Amino acid sequence: MKRFILSVLVQNNPGVLARVASLFGRRGYNIDSLTVSETNNPGISIITLTVTGDENILEQIIKQASKLEEVIKVHHIQELHALSRELLLIKMKINSETRTSLREISEIYEAKIVDLAPESMIIELTGTTQKIDAFLGIMKDYTIIEMCRTGVTALEKDSSKIK
Amino acid sequence: MILNGAQILIEVLVEQGVDIIFGYPGGAVLNIYDELFDNEERIRHILTSHEQGAAHAADGYSRATGKTGVVLATSGPGSTNLVTGIATAFMDSIPMVAITGNVNTDSIGKDCFQEVYTAGITLPITKHNFVVREVSKLADTLREAFKIANSGRPGPVLVDIPKDLTLAKCEFYPQKPLNIDNVYVPDDQQLNTVAEAINNSERPLLYYGGGVISSGAYEQILDLVKIGNIPAIHSVMGKGIMPYDNPMNLGMIGMHGSVAAMLAVKKTDLLIAVGARFSDRTANNGENFVDNAKIIQIDIDDCEVNKNIPADYSVIGDVRKVLKALLPKIETKERSIWIEEIADMKNQDYIPIETEDRLKPHQIIEDIYQLCPDNLIVTTDVGQHQMWAAQYCKSEQPRSFLTSAGLGTMGFGYGAAIGAKLGCPNHTVVHITGDGSFHMNMNEVPTAVTYSLPIITIVMNNNALGMVRQLQKVYCNSRFSSTLLQKQTDYVKLADAFGALGFRAKTPKEFKLALKEALKSNRPCIIECPIDCEEQVLPMMPAGATVDDIIIE
Repeated sequence: MKRFILSVLVQNNPGVLARVASLFGRRGYNIDSLTVSETNNPGISIITLTVTGDENILEQIIKQASKLEEVIKVHHIQELHALSRELLLIKMKINSETRTSLREISEIYEAKIVDLAPESMIIELTGTTQKIDAFLGIMKDYTIIEMCRTGVTALEKDSSKIK
Repeated sequence: MILNGAQILIEVLVEQGVDIIFGYPGGAVLNIYDELFDNEERIRHILTSHEQGAAHAADGYSRATGKTGVVLATSGPGSTNLVTGIATAFMDSIPMVAITGNVNTDSIGKDCFQEVYTAGITLPITKHNFVVREVSKLADTLREAFKIANSGRPGPVLVDIPKDLTLAKCEFYPQKPLNIDNVYVPDDQQLNTVAEAINNSERPLLYYGGGVISSGAYEQILDLVKIGNIPAIHSVMGKGIMPYDNPMNLGMIGMHGSVAAMLAVKKTDLLIAVGARFSDRTANNGENFVDNAKIIQIDIDDCEVNKNIPADYSVIGDVRKVLKALLPKIETKERSIWIEEIADMKNQDYIPIETEDRLKPHQIIEDIYQLCPDNLIVTTDVGQHQMWAAQYCKSEQPRSFLTSAGLGTMGFGYGAAIGAKLGCPNHTVVHITGDGSFHMNMNEVPTAVTYSLPIITIVMNNNALGMVRQLQKVYCNSRFSSTLLQKQTDYVKLADAFGALGFRAKTPKEFKLALKEALKSNRPCIIECPIDCEEQVLPMMPAGATVDDIIIE
């Protein structure tokens, strides 16, 4: 089982996300993360998905998703040649002692402290899934009040464009 | 010209060549029905007893004629009642356009009377669906729906129209139907590889399915069999392409397929799948479907390649076009050893026992084919009778055996028979059913009576849900949970009450007489045929089993 990143270009119609999500539910494919955003073309949105499976599942996912009427293109992003990022926002409980150590850890990870209250701080971190997982691993030694992460968004590094 | 939405709908349907639709009125489609009232001459509306019947009728119409079936229903329960019919068409790749009404645009989402999210409900069972938001987009949306339903691998498309749009007006420009998207024709290189594999094969076996019927590749299949001396098996969807008694026709493959078909699959060195999808009921032992054979898959839908069984070679395209391009590359071969083996396999086929004193399913079916004219269309429901029909019906014309193969919808047959008879008025239409399936949608008998459709229903009555009962016998140690029916239905009286003609036949002799009379009557008829509930569908190949585990008694 491997993790794959897929970029799905779709027509920016109401309900298009539901169609893509429904396909995954219907066929029993697991979505690890999903992000949707507009592109520079207002008629086209891009859905970035990370999925876990084997090569056969990947082949089926790409074919089945390509068959949806509103899907323009499904592109399997080769992680070796791609930049992928996630954004993490995490709210930590603090006291005078933990505040300093959290600041130090944040510095090491190049994370930003974006909000500070007497008993809590919010840290923002952008990076690959692996980096965010590692950061969260350390945060578990402290008290996490709440957190959210965006899921993967990715682009290939060369100067081409998904067509 | 300036038209309202209801008028636009009528105009586009006519534009698409639609002259008959099946449906059921309601509040949200009030204006559409008002417009149909003025357009009776152009579009005939068939009112069924239930929207499910209308959906199956549109489906049966499409299966019998090859044209797009159209069904119309109101919002809420109207559209939810279509769901089984749409899913049935979806699983068997039948082109259909379903039109549903909905509440006014500004009321959507407010849980109004008869409001459901039809587009959401039908999302996974349609090829695509639309909610029309502006009347100016209605015509093009409908045109697109017809195009999608017929492009590539066919399927049902739903268009949901809020009520206010049926009265809203806009300019309407007539148009010709859109061209159907053609899936690309394969390159020579690909065809050469496939042709070489076929030419080099000593024991090739053709396996075809519904795709051959969708694309109209009947002649090409027969040519391939003839030129290459290639024996053939088919899925239940592929019935009616090869003559029943052709020595190269090994019959149906699958859970209740012929022994010869199962043996041939094990012996072949090259399986040529054409418009068939290796469903679990066909390839019911999964990856062990073939032993050491290469697989060629020719299909219009790329998704079917490597979905269930991995293919060694594949060609994507309309199967008729692919076969047409492939045939000149196929060498004439004798393959006499293989043909001898095939003949030997055919000799091992299961032969049911004949009797004169009581009715046997295969005899009923043989009598149907003996007594009915050649232009016979058979529709079935789902269960034991369906498999007997699939095994023994001698359909020799494509589009003459209509059955819910993929979804396995009990209650499909009567609606489908209505659609088939209206689409092919000069054909004799026989609906083979069981007592379980018949009770699901017998409410459509009055529809046949209303429109004077002489559909002959043969009820194989075993007072049981026979197929499930058979499974319980094999898998549940004969614990017949909820499969023994104690209904006291008097089919003769029931037929009479509906305005149809009823018969009861207990012996082959009585059955022949009843059927002759039914054919003469030119009225909807129901013939009840009591059969023994111990009758099994044989052979039976349990899921995951091998050829050695075939149950034949």
